[in-house]
Amino acid sequence: MMDLLNAIVALSNFVIIPAMAYGSQLALGALGVTLIYGILRFSNFAHGDTMAFGAMVTVLVTWLFQSWGVSLGPLPTALLALPFGILGCMALVLTTDRVVYRFYRAQKAKPVIFVIVSLGVTFVLNGLVRFIIGPDDQRFLDGERFIISARTFREMTGLREGLAFKTTQGITILTAVIVVALLFWFLNRTRTGKSMRAYSDNEDLALLSGINPERVVMITWLIVAGLATIAGVLYGLDKSFKPFTYFQLLLPIFASAIVGGLGNPLGAIAGGFVIAFSEVTVTYAWKKVVTYVVPESMAPDTLVQLLSTDYKLAVSFVILLIVLLVKPTGLFSGKAV
Amino acid sequence: MSVSVKNLILFAVVFAMIPLIAQFQGWNAALFVLNMGLISAIMALGVNLQWGFAGLFNVGIMGFVALGGLAAVLVGMPVTPGAWQAGGFGIVASLFLGALTIGIAIIVAGRMAKGWTRSLAVFGILVVGFLVYRGLFDPSVEAVESIEPALTGYLGGLGLPVILAWPVGGLLAAGAAWIIGKTALGLRSDYLAIATLGIAEIIIAILKNEDWLSRGVKNVVGVPRPVPYEINLQNDPVFVERAAGFGVDAVTASTIYVKLLYCGLFAFVLVLLLWLAQQALNSPWGRMMRAIRDNEVAAEAMGKDVTARHLQVFILGSAICGIAGAMMTTLDGQLTPGTYQPLRFTFLVWVMVIVGGSGNNLGAVLGGLLIYLMWDQGETIGLQVMEWITAGMPDGSGVKAHLIESAAHMRLLTIGVLLLLVLRFSPRGLIPER
Repeated sequence: MMDLLNAIVALSNFVIIPAMAYGSQLALGALGVTLIYGILRFSNFAHGDTMAFGAMVTVLVTWLFQSWGVSLGPLPTALLALPFGILGCMALVLTTDRVVYRFYRAQKAKPVIFVIVSLGVTFVLNGLVRFIIGPDDQRFLDGERFIISARTFREMTGLREGLAFKTTQGITILTAVIVVALLFWFLNRTRTGKSMRAYSDNEDLALLSGINPERVVMITWLIVAGLATIAGVLYGLDKSFKPFTYFQLLLPIFASAIVGGLGNPLGAIAGGFVIAFSEVTVTYAWKKVVTYVVPESMAPDTLVQLLSTDYKLAVSFVILLIVLLVKPTGLFSGKAV
Repeated sequence: MSVSVKNLILFAVVFAMIPLIAQFQGWNAALFVLNMGLISAIMALGVNLQWGFAGLFNVGIMGFVALGGLAAVLVGMPVTPGAWQAGGFGIVASLFLGALTIGIAIIVAGRMAKGWTRSLAVFGILVVGFLVYRGLFDPSVEAVESIEPALTGYLGGLGLPVILAWPVGGLLAAGAAWIIGKTALGLRSDYLAIATLGIAEIIIAILKNEDWLSRGVKNVVGVPRPVPYEINLQNDPVFVERAAGFGVDAVTASTIYVKLLYCGLFAFVLVLLLWLAQQALNSPWGRMMRAIRDNEVAAEAMGKDVTARHLQVFILGSAICGIAGAMMTTLDGQLTPGTYQPLRFTFLVWVMVIVGGSGNNLGAVLGGLLIYLMWDQGETIGLQVMEWITAGMPDGSGVKAHLIESAAHMRLLTIGVLLLLVLRFSPRGLIPER
C-alpha cells in the first residue's frame, strides 16, 4: 500500500506536474498560432521568436525592477514586469504587421508567401533578440522557489518519495487557466470576439455584415502578442531563457495546434496537453515508479526509459505524422484552407 | 540590353569579387569562399527545383545537408576494427527488426476490420517489437561505443573512396524526403513546411546523440579526401620544383593547388547538375511541373497526378541538397553535428534562391555564389562597421563591448531584412524566371 502511494507520488512529481506545466505553456503558444491561422490564414513561423521577444522585454524590465529593489515577495518579480513585456510585444507585432504583412494582405498573396515572409520575420526577430540580450542562458527568476519542497512533503507525509511543487509550475498552471478563461469569455461573449469568430468562419460574409477586417486583424495581433509573451515568460521562468530554445519550441507548438485542429482554440489547448504528456511520459525513466509497483523480484535493472530526453522533439514529430496520416484536420476538426 | 548580356554581367561581377577578396585576404581565403560558394550554389539548385519548379516549401534543408555529411563519414571513413563483431551486426539487426515491426503493424492494421481488437493487436505488436528491438539494440550500442571512445567508439565507415559518398548522400537524403513527402504532400502546403522543419531538427538530434553512428558531439575528424594532402605535396620534390618555377613557395602552392582541385570537382558537379536541371526545366516534364505549380486544379483536370509529381520533385531536390552536404563534409574533412544551424543551412539557402530568382536555375546558382560571399564577408565587414560606429565611445564602456560582441548577430538581421526587401520589392529576383 505504502509502495503504491510512493509510486503515485513519484509519478506526480516527475511526470504529471511537469507535464501539466509544460502543457500549459504549449497550449498558450498553440493558441497564438491557431488564432493567427484562423484569422490571418497562415502558419506563423515567427511565433517562437515573438515569444522570445516578449520574454526578452520582460527579462530586461525584471532586471530593472530588481536593480531598483522592487519585488513581489515570494512571487517572481517577472510577474510585475509581464505587462511591460506584453506592451513591448504588442508594439512589435503591430509594427511587423504594418511594415510587412499588410502589404501581402492587400495583395491577397497565397498562404505560402505569408509563410516565407514570416520566416524572414523570424530571422529578423531572432537576430534582434540575440543582438540585444545575447545568445546565452539568462536567469531572471527570484522569490520563493517551491510551494512545497520535496523535503517538507516527506516530513509531512512520512513517505519515502518527495513531491516538489515549484512556484513557477504553480504560477504557470494558474496563469494558463485564467488566460484561457478570459480568452474564451472574450471570444464567446463580447461583440469584438464574436466578430473575430465570424471573420474566421467566413471572411466574405463577415465583410458583408460590416465587420472591419483591419480592426479584427489588429485585435488578433494584440491578443497573440499577449499570449506569446505570457507563454514565453512562463517557459523562461520554468526552464530558463535562451533565445534559441524558443525557435525549437516551434515544432511542439505547431504539433499541438495541428493535433487539436488548426484554427480551433479548444483543440489547441487539448493538443498542448497531448503533446506535453506524451513527451514527458516517453522520455521519463520509469525505473523508480515500476520498482514501487511490481514485486521486488521483478524490479527492473535498466532505466525503463523509452527514448532519451534528447529526442523530445521526435515525440512531437511522430505524433504530428500520425495525426497527419490518420486525421489531417486534427482531433477537433480544424479548418482546411 | 539583352537578357543574356545582363546575366553575363551579373556573373562577371560576382566572380570579380573573388580576386578582390584575394587582394585583401590572400588566394587561400578567396578560393575557400569560392568552393563554399559552389557548394551553396548546388544547394540553391536543389531548393529551386522544389520551390521554383513546383512551389513546394521545404524548410528542412539543414537535415538533408546533414544526411549528406553523414554519408561522407559512412562511406569514406575506415572501418573501426572489431566494432562490427562487437555490436555492429546487432545494431543493424535490431534496426531491421524495428522496421519489420512497423511494417507488420501497418499490414495488420490494413488487413483487420476496424474496432478495438485491431487497435489492441497493433498496439501489442508495437510493444513486443519495441521490447525485442531495445533488448538487442542497447547492449550492441554499448559494445560499439566502448571501443576506444576517445578515438573511435563508433562503427566507422566502409573505407571506400570518399567521392562515392556524394551520390550516397543524395540517396540518404532522398530516403528521408520520401518519408516526409509520403505523409505531408497532398495535404495543405504549410503541413509540409512544419514536417520538414521537424525532420531537420530530428536528424540533427540523431547525429548529435547516436554516438555509434556519427560519434555525436565528439565529431568525426579526418574524413579522407579525394585530393592529395598538402603535406605530401610539400614533400614531393617534383611538386616543389614546379612551384618554384611559378615563383611561389611550396607551402602556399600546395594549399592553393588542393583548393583548385576541389574547385574543379565542385564546378564539375555544379555544371552537371545545372545542365540536368536546365534540360528538366525545358522538357515536357518541366513544363508540366510549372503548370502544376501555377494551377493545381487545372493540371489535375488534365489528368496529371499532382501528388505523385510533387513527391518526385521533392525527392529530387532533397537529393541534390544531400549531395551538396556530402561535398561540404568532404571539403571540411570533418563532421561536426553541433555546427548545423537552421539559420545557416536552411534559411540562408532560401535567401539564395529568392534573391537569385526562383524558377530560374541560373538565378539560383548566381544567388548561391553571391549570398555565400556576402555571408562570409559579412562577418568581417560587420565587425569593422561596429568598430567604426563605436570608435567615438570611451574604451571599456559596457555599451561598446556589447555592440562589438553582438556584431556577429548583425548578419542574421541583415540577411533577414534583405530577404524581406527582395520579397517585397523584387519578388522575382536578380535573374527572373522566363
